[in-house]
Amino acid sequence: MLTAHVMYGLSGCLLVALGLRTTLLHASLLRRVLAINVMGAGVFMMLIAVAYRGLGVPPDPVPHALVLTGIVVAVSATALALALARRLHAEHDNG
Amino acid sequence: MADVIIWLVAIPLVGAIATLLLPRPATLLVVATGVATSTAAGLLLYSVAIQGALHYEVGGWTAGLGIALRADGLSALLLMMVALVMLAASVYSSAYFKEATQRERFWPLWLLLWTALNALLLSGDLFNLYVTLELLGLSAVALAALGGTHAAVAAALRYLLVGLLGSMMFLAGISLIYAGYGTLDMAQLAQTLAAGPVAWTALALMTAGLLLKTALFPLHFWLPPAHASAPAPVSAVLSALVVKAAFYLVLRLWLDVFADMVTPTAANLLGVLGAGAVLWGSWHALRAERLKLLAAYSTVAQLGYLFLFFPLLQALPPGAARELAAGGLVILALSHGFAKAGLFLAIGVIQQRSGHDNIQQLDGTAQRLPATTFAIALAGVALIGLPPSGAFLGKWQLLAAAVTSGQWLWLLVTAIGSLLAAAYIFRVLGHAFGHRPYPNQPVAVACEEWPALLLGATATLLLGLASAPLWTLLEIGS
Repeated sequence: MLTAHVMYGLSGCLLVALGLRTTLLHASLLRRVLAINVMGAGVFMMLIAVAYRGLGVPPDPVPHALVLTGIVVAVSATALALALARRLHAEHDNG
Repeated sequence: MADVIIWLVAIPLVGAIATLLLPRPATLLVVATGVATSTAAGLLLYSVAIQGALHYEVGGWTAGLGIALRADGLSALLLMMVALVMLAASVYSSAYFKEATQRERFWPLWLLLWTALNALLLSGDLFNLYVTLELLGLSAVALAALGGTHAAVAAALRYLLVGLLGSMMFLAGISLIYAGYGTLDMAQLAQTLAAGPVAWTALALMTAGLLLKTALFPLHFWLPPAHASAPAPVSAVLSALVVKAAFYLVLRLWLDVFADMVTPTAANLLGVLGAGAVLWGSWHALRAERLKLLAAYSTVAQLGYLFLFFPLLQALPPGAARELAAGGLVILALSHGFAKAGLFLAIGVIQQRSGHDNIQQLDGTAQRLPATTFAIALAGVALIGLPPSGAFLGKWQLLAAAVTSGQWLWLLVTAIGSLLAAAYIFRVLGHAFGHRPYPNQPVAVACEEWPALLLGATATLLLGLASAPLWTLLEIGS
């Protein structure tokens, strides 16, 4: 039966596949940064689905902690990627 | 003595923050941090040799909830290599970056990279490994971009995207493992993992992510530009240590955690990719026009040799022959770490003193920079795998294992790769020893030339002639 947490998990897998496809196939820099973030969101959804332990039972806190850490890492990495991309663009405009 | 584990992470981290807050005495702080961290690495190696594997629970939280750190023979040896290479490269960096502003930007990232390397080698659970991999990747990318040129920033950005893609695949594998087994502790997983679709998919995802990060052929495309356009001390550490950190994880996963599930086909696949790396990397190193590019392609090839061990270790039954081969793998990795770091530092000296690193125009280098040329030759001995280098012992074990298990193909690949390596090293030395009357130029200072020389000597003499205890140490598992 297709319960909610299975659907979450499967959508997560779908997002990972979509993100992976765009990262590999598209040359545009911004698109690839976004695609990696989509992929990250997919992995986080998978982890959130993993935390489900049944109705009325509190969810497993460990995957939630992993997702929180993962979001911090993803935000920092995206910031660094955008900073580097801006640097490249600025040089293009000047030269 | 288990406390020394936490010092290995805490000292460089405190050093990184201190150099960020106090940029003026930064060089002094780095020297103090480097010496303290290296002492801790030495102490750890000594304790592991005496007492066996060490465990440490950060903050007293048990594994599962808290962060478990552990050190066995393999991680202690690699930590020692990291310490020695980072120390030598730190000394060189203090002379390489001439301006104070450059050094202010460089030191905090440099020490953060050291922290990440140490934490990665000590981590006992998969999620902690993911975090340390990201820390390592982010600091490595920032360091690679420090050159500031268009090529350096573009290469760093590509390096970052590849690294992120690799980490995301690693994290997806982790979430599958947690869904299937409810734990991320590597020691627990090694006992509970069972062959099946979940474990298979997880291993495939994690391995693919790590192979991207360790630049195994054909996923190596990002490495040559990133390593060749970074500042020399950064290139040295990227090639010698950072790619090897991802390789260490592949090794842990395939030989420890997932050991029971590895099939001959999977191991052969890694071997074939390794063979491709050896041939492709060596050929491009031979054709390279710039020294740094040569060194970077040589890294692609040298990592290939390490992957040739996987099908051999898979085929050999547990016992003395397998232990010898595993030791050969580690000594080859250590030897490459020291030799490649030495080579990149020596190239940095040449680049700064001559204003270029064009191989065709190296004539007269041996007259002007004899110690640096000698360092290149020493590193070259280890890269080719000539005796008495550590790489010679490693390749000897590789050949012995290939003969024992009847896998002759790897023997052929190793022979061709070594011949190509000899060709690209002698091509450089041939030009360097070329005679050309040069006006007298100031000789390099000791801080620039000695680190490369010592690293080359470690790879060629120390690892070759005094490496017997290594095999005893490697038997100390966690």
